Order: sequence, then C-alpha cells, then structure tokens
Amino acid sequence: MAVEVKEFLPITQRHEDLGLSDETVLRMYYHLLLSRRLDERCWVLQRQGRVPFHISGIAHEGIGVGAAYALRKGFDIVHPYYRDLALSIALGMKPVEFMLALYGKKGDPHSAARQMPSHFSLRHLNIISGSSPVATQLPQAAGIAFAEILKQKLRPQLEAAGFRVSREMRVVLTSTGEGSTSEGDFHEALNWAGIYRLPLVVLVHNNQYAISVPVWKQMAVKRVADRAAAYGIHGAVADGGNVLEVYQVVKEAVDRARAGEGATLIEAVTYRWTPHSSDDDDRTYRTREEVEQGKLRDPLPRLRDYLYRRSLLTQREEDELEERVRAEVDEAQRQAEEAPYPAPEEALAPVFATEDRSGWWGE
Amino acid sequence: MPEKTLIEAIREAMDEEMARDPRVFVVGEDVGPRGGVFRATMGLWQKYGEWRVIDSPLAELSIVAIGIGAALNGFRPICEIQFADFIHPAFNQIVNEAARFFYRSGGVYNVPMVIRAPYGGGISGGLYHSQSVEAFFAHVPGLKVVIPSNPYDAKGLLKAAIRDPNPVLFFEPKKGYRLIKGEVPEGDYIVPIGPAKVTREGSDLTVFAYGMMHYYALQAAEMVAKEGIDVEVVDLRTLAPVDKTTILNSVKKTGKALIVYEDNLTLGYGAEVAAILAEEGFEYLDGPVMRLAGPDVPGVPFSPPMQDFFMPSPQKIAEAIRRLARY
Amino acid sequence: MPTQVIMPQLGESVVEGKILRWLKREGEPVRQFEPLLEVETEKVTTEVTAPADGVLLKIYFPEGVTVRAGTLIAMVGQPGEPVPERPYRVGHGGEIEPLEEAPAVAPAAAGLPPAPEPAPAGRREGGPRISPVVAKMAAEYGIDLSKVPGTGEGGRVTKKDLLAYIERMKLQPVGAPTAPREAELPPWEQPGTGELFRPTEEVLRAAPAPAAPPAPAAPPPPPAAPAMPYEILPLTSIRRAIAEHMVRSKHTSPHVTTVFEVDMSRVMAHYEANRAAFEREGVRLTLTPYFIMAALAALKAYPILNSTWTEEGIRVYKVYHIGVAVSLGEEGLIVPVIKNADTYSLIGLARAVNDLAERARKRQLKPDEVQGSTFTITNHGVSGSLFATPIINQPNCAILGVGRVHKRPVVVETPQGDALAIRPMVYLTLTFDHRIIDGAQADAFMSKVKAVLEGWA
Repeated sequence: MAVEVKEFLPITQRHEDLGLSDETVLRMYYHLLLSRRLDERCWVLQRQGRVPFHISGIAHEGIGVGAAYALRKGFDIVHPYYRDLALSIALGMKPVEFMLALYGKKGDPHSAARQMPSHFSLRHLNIISGSSPVATQLPQAAGIAFAEILKQKLRPQLEAAGFRVSREMRVVLTSTGEGSTSEGDFHEALNWAGIYRLPLVVLVHNNQYAISVPVWKQMAVKRVADRAAAYGIHGAVADGGNVLEVYQVVKEAVDRARAGEGATLIEAVTYRWTPHSSDDDDRTYRTREEVEQGKLRDPLPRLRDYLYRRSLLTQREEDELEERVRAEVDEAQRQAEEAPYPAPEEALAPVFATEDRSGWWGE
Repeated sequence: MPEKTLIEAIREAMDEEMARDPRVFVVGEDVGPRGGVFRATMGLWQKYGEWRVIDSPLAELSIVAIGIGAALNGFRPICEIQFADFIHPAFNQIVNEAARFFYRSGGVYNVPMVIRAPYGGGISGGLYHSQSVEAFFAHVPGLKVVIPSNPYDAKGLLKAAIRDPNPVLFFEPKKGYRLIKGEVPEGDYIVPIGPAKVTREGSDLTVFAYGMMHYYALQAAEMVAKEGIDVEVVDLRTLAPVDKTTILNSVKKTGKALIVYEDNLTLGYGAEVAAILAEEGFEYLDGPVMRLAGPDVPGVPFSPPMQDFFMPSPQKIAEAIRRLARY
Repeated sequence: MPTQVIMPQLGESVVEGKILRWLKREGEPVRQFEPLLEVETEKVTTEVTAPADGVLLKIYFPEGVTVRAGTLIAMVGQPGEPVPERPYRVGHGGEIEPLEEAPAVAPAAAGLPPAPEPAPAGRREGGPRISPVVAKMAAEYGIDLSKVPGTGEGGRVTKKDLLAYIERMKLQPVGAPTAPREAELPPWEQPGTGELFRPTEEVLRAAPAPAAPPAPAAPPPPPAAPAMPYEILPLTSIRRAIAEHMVRSKHTSPHVTTVFEVDMSRVMAHYEANRAAFEREGVRLTLTPYFIMAALAALKAYPILNSTWTEEGIRVYKVYHIGVAVSLGEEGLIVPVIKNADTYSLIGLARAVNDLAERARKRQLKPDEVQGSTFTITNHGVSGSLFATPIINQPNCAILGVGRVHKRPVVVETPQGDALAIRPMVYLTLTFDHRIIDGAQADAFMSKVKAVLEGWA
C-alpha cells in the first residue's frame, strides 16, 4: 500500500567510503536535528494560534541534508520546493530567516513577507525564489542549467564583452514532490534536460501523498525514476530516510552533470507522516496505523543509530546538541516575535525592477 | 532613410541587439535554419550560430520557462511564440512566474526577458491563428505589454524591450508584417516603453488605437477629414504600464473618445481606457466614450465574409467616428 | 454456493465466543442481516446476523459451546446444496484450516485464555483487520467495534456489517471524532480542521505581541473538538466540595456494598399508629428516624462500624454522631449531623432530622453541624431508587443506604408451610470501608438492623 517500509532499516553505508569525514557526518546530524526541532516548533506555534500557517519538511530532512552536502556550496544553484527546510538549513539558512517568514515580519529575506512561509529564496545562498503552483520550478531550473551550457558554448563572446564564465558549470538542483511529476512542467523540463544534456539534477521527494492522493492514484509506474529513460536522462532511486544514501546518489548525479554527461532524475523515497499542512485533516484519508509504520523511514533516528554504532556520538554529546539546537530555535523565535511587521503600505512595493541584477557570473 | 517593412524592422532590432550583447539569444519553434515561420529571424541562425538562435521542442510552456531560467542566470532571452493563439500553455509561467518574480522575492530576482508573438486577424487564420491576447497580460502587474504599429516603433520598442530588466510581451500585428512600411534609421536607437504617441493631431475627437487598428485609424481619419471632422489619433503602443497622461490630455483637448481594438469587445483593452476616461477624465467628456472592437464570439472566423464582419476596418472606424462626431 | 457463517472476532483481543442461543433452526429460511444466533464474549452478548439470504442448512455447534473466532459454525444456502461434513477454521486470508482441538465446551467465564498483546487495529498478525473505512465510520458514530458482529474474512467487521449495525441501532454520527489518543499526539501529528485558508481573524488567536516570552517546546493542549455544541456551567463551591469529597473518598477507602432486604410491616404499622400523635406534637414523622434507631442499635452491637481508620489503629468512637444526607435539589447535597443520636427518642430524632433538613435547605446550618459524624445514613429511596451504592462519608467506616419502601409479594414461612404475602419491603445497602471491616462484620451489622426493623414494636 502506501508504506513501503516494514521495519527499521539501519544505515549500512560507511561515511568514509563516501568521502565524508567524521566531522562532516556529525554536522549532517546537527543540520538534521536543527531542521527537525525548528519544524516542530513551527507546528507548536501554529497550533497555538501565533502564526497562521505552516507546511512542514518533517520526514524530508534526510533528502534535504543529503542533497545539500552533495552540492558545491556557494557555487551550485538550487530551485527548491516547500518541503526543503532542511536543504535550506544545510546550505546555510539561519533559523531566524525562516521564522521571519513564518510570522510575516519585516526583514523576511525570502519575500519581504509577501509570500507564505516555506517559499524559500536566498540569493546569497543561490536559492531561487519559488511560487505555490507546483512543478513550475522544474523547467525554470532547466533554463538556469541551459544558461550554464550557453555560457560554456559562448565563452569567447561573453568574455570579450566582459562577462566572466566559470571554468566548470554550475549544477542546478531542483526538487519537488511526486505529485508534481504529473504536471506538464515536469515533462517539458525533463525533455529539455535530455535534448541538451543539461547540468540538472531533478530531485523528486516521493513521500507517498500529494495532500490526500496516494502515489498509486498519481501515476501508473511504480517508480518515478523509471520515467528518466523516456527522456533520455539518467534515473536513480534513493532511500530518502538514509542521509548517506541520498548523499551518495545526489553526489553521483551532481558530478555527472558537472562533467557534461547530462541530467539525472532522482527519486528519494520517504513517507510524510505529518498532515500536508497545518490546515490538512489527514485522518480523512489514512489510518494511524499506516502513519506509525511510515515513521520507520524517519532519517533522524536512523542517522543517530548509525552515529552511535560507529561510536561517533555519545549520549552526553547528543544531549548537548539538543540543548544547543533548542537554544537556537528559541532565539530565532524570540527575534522573529520581536521584529516589527512591515508597514501596511509596503504592499505597494515596486513590481518592476529598475536595474538588472540577474545572473551568476565568474567563479 | 531606408524604408522597411514591419517584419524587417523587427528582425533588424534583434540582429543589432544580438550583435551588441552576447547574452541576447532567440529561442522558439522553427526560429533556426527556417528563420521563423514569418521569417522574423531569417539569417540570424546562419549569422550567430545554433547557440544564439535555438530551435525549441514544440512546447510553449518550456519556451517561456527556459527563458525565465536563462534570464535568471544572466541571459537576455527573446522567446518567440509562433502565434499568440498558442501562448496559452505558457500562461502559468508568464503570469504566475515571470510577472511575479520581482515582487515575490522582495525585489531580489528580476527576469529580463522578451516574449514576442504575432497576433491579430485578417489573414484567413481562423479561430486559432488570429487571436488578440493583450488583455490577459496587460491585466497582470509585473508584466509590460507592447504593441508596435509601424516599423520605426517596432525596432525601437523591441530594442527597449530586450534591454528592459523586466518581462516584456511584444505582440506584433501579423497582418502588417509586410503590409506596413516606413522609414527606419540604421543603427541604434530606442523608443522608450511607456509613453503613448499622438500620431495625428486633431480637435473634434480622439481615436485611441494600437497595432493594425492604428494603421486603419489613420486611414479613417483621412477619410473623415474630407468631411470636416478633425480627428486626433493616439497610438497607445505600450498597453502596460498604461500612459494615462497622454490619454487624458488628448480627451481634455477633444472632449470625445473612440477606442478601437480588434480583440473581443467585452473586457478587451479598450474597456480599461474607457474606465480611465470615465473616472479621471469625466469633466473633459463631451460625449460618451465609445469602443469599436471585434464581436464577442470565440475568434475570427475563417470564411472571408465572416472574417470581414468580425474585423474592424477603416470604413467601420470612419463610420464610428461620424456617429461620435455627430453627438 | 452456500455461504459460510463464521464465528466473528468481537473485539480486538477477543479470540472466542460462546454460542448462547440459535435464533433459527436448521431448515428455517433466513434473510441477510437477520439475527441468526446470540454469542457471548466477556459478558457481552451480541447478535450474529445471517450473511446471505437462504435457508440455514447446517448448524455445527450447539448452544452452550464456546468456539474460537474464525470457526465455521453454520452454513446458509439454497436447500439441497452440499455443505461440509465437519466444521473448520477460516484463516484471515480465507484459507481453510482444520480445527486443531475440539472446541472448548466450558462456558466463557473468568477462565478465558489471556488475551494476546493487543495490536493496533488494522495491523494484527493473524487476526481480522479493522479497515480504514470501518475505523473512520466507527469513530464518526461513536461505535465500539467489539459490539458489531463481523461477517468478513476471519470475522472481520466489514463496511456492510457496520452499515447494518448503524441501521439496526438507528445510530447518528456523533460529530467530529476525537480519539482520546489525540491528546497525546504532538502538534505535527494532530490533524488540522481540514478547512484550508479560513479567515485570518479566525486562525490567528494570539494577537501579535512582540514582547511575549518564547513558548516551551511541549505541545499545548489540543483544541476543543469542533462540532459538539455545549454550554459551560460554572462550578459552584458546593459542587466543587462534593466533587472533591467524592473523589477523595473513593481514593481513600476500598468500597464494598452489601445489600439486605427488610420487611417493614411492623415499622409501617407503628408509623401509621403514631403519625397522628406526632403531628399533634408538631413533629412530622417520616421513616428516617426508624432507620436511625435501627442503625444505632446495630452500631452498639457492632461498634467496629462506628470508627475511622488511622495509621496508629482503628479509632472506635464511643459517641454516636449520625450524619443524615439531605438533598439540596440541583445544587447538590449536604450531610448535617445529629450529635449523640443515641440519646434521642424516636420523636426526638424525628424532630432533629426535620430541623436539620429544613435548615439545610435554607442554608442555615452551622459549621459544626456538618462535621464530626461517626456514621452516615442516606435515604435515596425518597426519590424512587430501589437501592444504590452510596459513597462513604469520610472519615466514617460505613454508610447506610435506604431504598424505596414498596409493597412486594414475598414468601413467608408459616408453620403451615410457605405462603405468599404482600409486604412493604425495602432494600438497605451498606457501603463499608474494607480496610476496617470485612463482609462478615458488615453483614452481621445489617442483620441486626434488619432484626430491629422487622421486630419493631
């Protein structure tokens, strides 16, 4: 049925085989934990009526963190979707930056409080602004990747005109849910990706549900990744609850893209055990028993178990980490609550740019 | 000064901009070796190569979305939609995405792209090769909509559009591609996006028009001039953002307004001009604000008599002018 | 093809059922959903309905026999259709399994085998599942699924079974269900209202207050269940006091109640004879003073009931302060105390009872009149109750409950043999603190009370 996992699956990869140091894998855990606790706090705040809305990335942290660590930070470009809290945190988003959007306060860097929360946009982290209609980011990401190809092809003319082109292509990572793969945008994006061998990684978070619609009503194929062949691009599946496996699969795809060998469609499998958003009533379409079983995917206890098994984490260290994360979340909340609201007239902000600031040039 | 057709002026604009700025490229169906089905890009692929003039798959949504992505990543794409009638699959990407990027990112991301498409009827195109779509897009804050009526404006406005850091929709009246000729300077010049233009000064009433209808409006003005009716003609040119100043100033002078557009009458662009005049030019009005437009049927029929019935013409415009002048 | 009638699993951890009564005989026609037999499990009796139209072709087990859930107990079909010779078990995948042992014949009582570890509904290994639609409907209608006969595989309650049950019991939905477990669910597993984008004024409960301290991470109490209208009645101090006392009493003493029935003929005779005389003295005579006197006599005979438990030992009082419960209507109840009740005559007790009751209803009792009892009487019979199990008035050892006196036919033993007579009978209940006394002393006390009342002169 909806849940593919029947039991707790320990992480069997070894981080050192993947080229990760002990420090790095511990930092991955920190990012996982920070995302989770921040996310949980947002639910509490919404249920308390302090913020109107929250859409969660719980259960998706393994995918976000694994992918973030596979990218070249500060160089590669990301066009995420609304469950990419962990991806954004791992790329360097500060918790307060998320909270400001949650509360709709002045100083929100994503959208100046114009968009709903979880519409990530941080130029300094190469995170592109997304919207609410799903899948629209996919062909745009293909366009950003296409521009990377153009830069390489047109390097002489561009550099003659004063535009610096980086030696290697920036890879574009875009993510979306499995429901979005039904949209035409998905098809058109992958079509371009195949024709032009774009440096693109399309990361599909298959969490089994598009709001209430289960994956078997969404598509006739068992695996989203099977569709890759239809577009002439690579396909791969990863256990979304296994951070190391996600890292491994995304890293392969990123390296392949950067080497000019084309795009990859990655399906990272997880299970969304929270309601779709703070408004959703998920009792209307699934049982608690299924939800409990779905939690077996949870990336957090699985990485924790791995760290303990490999003697990389002790109880005391874990407790300290929880305390540290808790303090960060508290501080973010405090700052967001103390921040003022934008003035009402700021709704009339300019709709047209007066100068062009687009593009990632140079190293 | 050399005389060029509308399509030649458009081509020249693209050629000059592409030479000037290596970030400018064209993407669309059949734009490459074929040179575009209307030959708008004839010779450009041969001149600039396959990475500047790009044949896209048959997918309008992605023509625009790839354009958005490329624009975000530093390029200046000119996205050609083969017929405005086929722009609708890309509507989501234009209206929800390109238009809103700047506002929704708090002014951080801008999308410098042009979407150009031939529009309009009178060429036996039937329901799906004759549509006017400017009303849909002029309605959306964050989009600029430009419609040239002559070769001089076409070249200057297209250059301005290509250099604009915002998404610009550039609709070209296809009936006039080879029909409308005019003097076009060699070399670089800009017609700024925004201001409308009084193309014929007059005192009895103002005819507002754009695209092919402006071409006819000038003809109609000459016809009625012989009857003693002195018509002022304003070429609106930039539909969004709307140039209220020129509109109001003209009617302040003449007191009467007739707006001509070939789109369906109801909720077409002229309805907004009429609303502006009614609300902000109330005290200037010496007669009802009138609109002459296509009937409210789903498109221009193919059969010639029916097409003629649909399309405004110089004669119909002249007739409307006489009625308004009589009031 | 004939249809199997399978012994259903009538509860999550219930593995067998006892056939109480076949409602149809072999050869009788039956209609689908018509009750076919009565089954008992864990002292709950349920009807099992026929799974199809037809004739009851074969019954495999007689009344009184207990069989495991999933066992074939009967077949329904068209006359002449072949049926299995011997019964078997049906596994939850529909597979046929032979019966391993003869079905248990012993009645299902306290000797039931220990229930297997209750698995969450829908995920049992080897037991019928509660499907999502059944779980949802059961929650909507507030149905205890163990009461619904299931005709699905392995005795599973199907959607049809549930619909039939709802139809039969004429149930209505109880509004948005709130499973008790939800109070324990963290906020990110609590469902939302299911309504997207309600007006902001409705959604934001807390006014934006920049200076508010950060909230703790512990989940807040869940929002009130929507869709069950109610009004709040503020708690009065008397209600709070009663609530506090009752809870504390139950937590303090292990309560046991023993019941005696008493022939009130002689008391009634005395009452009728003396009522007028008492009236002339200005005293309205009721039956209460009789019971008080009987209780006093029994307390004197068995003083252990006139006591309080303390850790140093059972404090047996040498004075007799009888508390008499008085109803204050909707407001609650109060227990004024007749101090040294053993020093009163019948008329004196009557006077005291009336006075205290009247002043109680007027809220004119003094504080020391409502404390210090050593034993309590409560007359619930005046409101029609036959008998009840009153809660001990702490720190007493026991409380005597008096039911309604009403005429009943009873057997009287005469030297000529047994005869039927109509007598005014009453049930007396004694709830006692089992720390202090056992049943034997309680019953001895009550026997004395009975003897005093039945021997009234």
